[in-house]
Amino acid sequence: MEFQFQFDWQAAIDSIPYLAKGIPYTLMISFGGLAIGFVLGIVFGLLSINKKWFLRWPATAYIEIFRGTPILVQVLFIFYGLPDLVGGPIDPLTAGIAAIALNSGAYISEVVRGGVQSIDKGQSEAGLSLGLSRTQTFWSIIWPQAFRRMIPPLGNQAIVSIKDTSLFSVIGVGELVRQGQVYIANTFTAFEVYFVVALMYLAITLSLSLILRLLERRGVASV
Amino acid sequence: MTQIVKMKGMNKYFGKLHVLKDIDLTVEQGEVVVIIGASGSGKSTLIRCVNGLEEFESGTLEVDGQKLAPKGGNQQALAEIRKEVGMVFQQFNLFPHLTVRKNIMLAPMKVKNTSQVVANATAERLLERVGIGSQADKYPNQLSGGQQQRVAIARALAMEPRLMLFDEPTSALDPEMIGEVLDVMRELAKEGMTMMVVTHEMGFAREVADRVIYIHEGQIVEEGRPEDVFDNPQNERTQAFLSRVLAH
Repeated sequence: MEFQFQFDWQAAIDSIPYLAKGIPYTLMISFGGLAIGFVLGIVFGLLSINKKWFLRWPATAYIEIFRGTPILVQVLFIFYGLPDLVGGPIDPLTAGIAAIALNSGAYISEVVRGGVQSIDKGQSEAGLSLGLSRTQTFWSIIWPQAFRRMIPPLGNQAIVSIKDTSLFSVIGVGELVRQGQVYIANTFTAFEVYFVVALMYLAITLSLSLILRLLERRGVASV
Repeated sequence: MTQIVKMKGMNKYFGKLHVLKDIDLTVEQGEVVVIIGASGSGKSTLIRCVNGLEEFESGTLEVDGQKLAPKGGNQQALAEIRKEVGMVFQQFNLFPHLTVRKNIMLAPMKVKNTSQVVANATAERLLERVGIGSQADKYPNQLSGGQQQRVAIARALAMEPRLMLFDEPTSALDPEMIGEVLDVMRELAKEGMTMMVVTHEMGFAREVADRVIYIHEGQIVEEGRPEDVFDNPQNERTQAFLSRVLAH
């Protein structure tokens, strides 16, 4: 039998409206999770460089645990495991956002730590010698400079997290991959559908890259 | 006369290394004290103790009536001292994310709650005074080293300090820019600012200092009027050091 494969453009185009329903979920989980992850990252990143061991150790433990275990295990644990603990079901969307938040939070902690530690010691000495308190020195001198340096690795993390949401099809959130799987179950057009799914991820990540590059160019110009 | 700095029996260690040994030193109001010595002798560490950028292990240190305790004790006093003591660093340490104007306005507004209008007027006046009035809205990296260091001096002066510390202010500068920074410092000295200056500029020391201190391996081995220290050093360490640095 002769085997011939032809990319079915019509099937690809037909799948778009259904797949597109997944985009809001993908975006919601990614950016909802990343927003919380950013806050976690600032808090735990700064705690991880605190002089006091009882602040530093728990922060380091959090970072190591969530960096050192697969995000798939984390989301399964949250979705299937945690309900036993809290005594009620957790909806998949919440579980997905929580997994991205905790996971990206651990990586962003390291980005924050690296950014802050990369600022020359002379900067804080100058601030302190002018009479600023440690807190004032940090927030008006160190942080603005560190943040600029953090933009590229933060962008990197955002892109990684957006792609990580694809794993959450396993808990049944209707994000992009899940939509694709459901659609394929009826049409058997796997090649076309996953091609469109991939393009949709690419559209999201490329737009983000573009925005970040513009941000970076504006920020770096003055440093 | 008021003594602005009083150090007595001060000792400082970096781990096992004994970097300052039983330092006794007073600085009178209006005095310009220049500290010289080989690199690693502890001269920078000495002035960094004055505003608490370095902690010391034993002895007493009183700055402008505030007593600092060893090992970073007495944070309250330290906060007061830093408001009254300005510092200029070898590497300028300007804030690269702020314009020159904002560099100068930051501390008065944050520490003294000076209004933006007043802080701005002060910044412009000080920039004029250090000879770079036209550069206020540039960023530090758009200026030459000499200009940056003059901004750093203006930034310290904006807090109206009672004492200025200079930690090798011209060591990172290209030779042709050293003069413009020393001119500003000379001017400050003339106006009666109390200054402690760590420098390798012997000409400046001789001309501007009221007193020169020579530090060797963490100890003050010679101190006196510049003409005495430079022309007739008593200690053989000082003689050896001066013959090395003045030979060329």
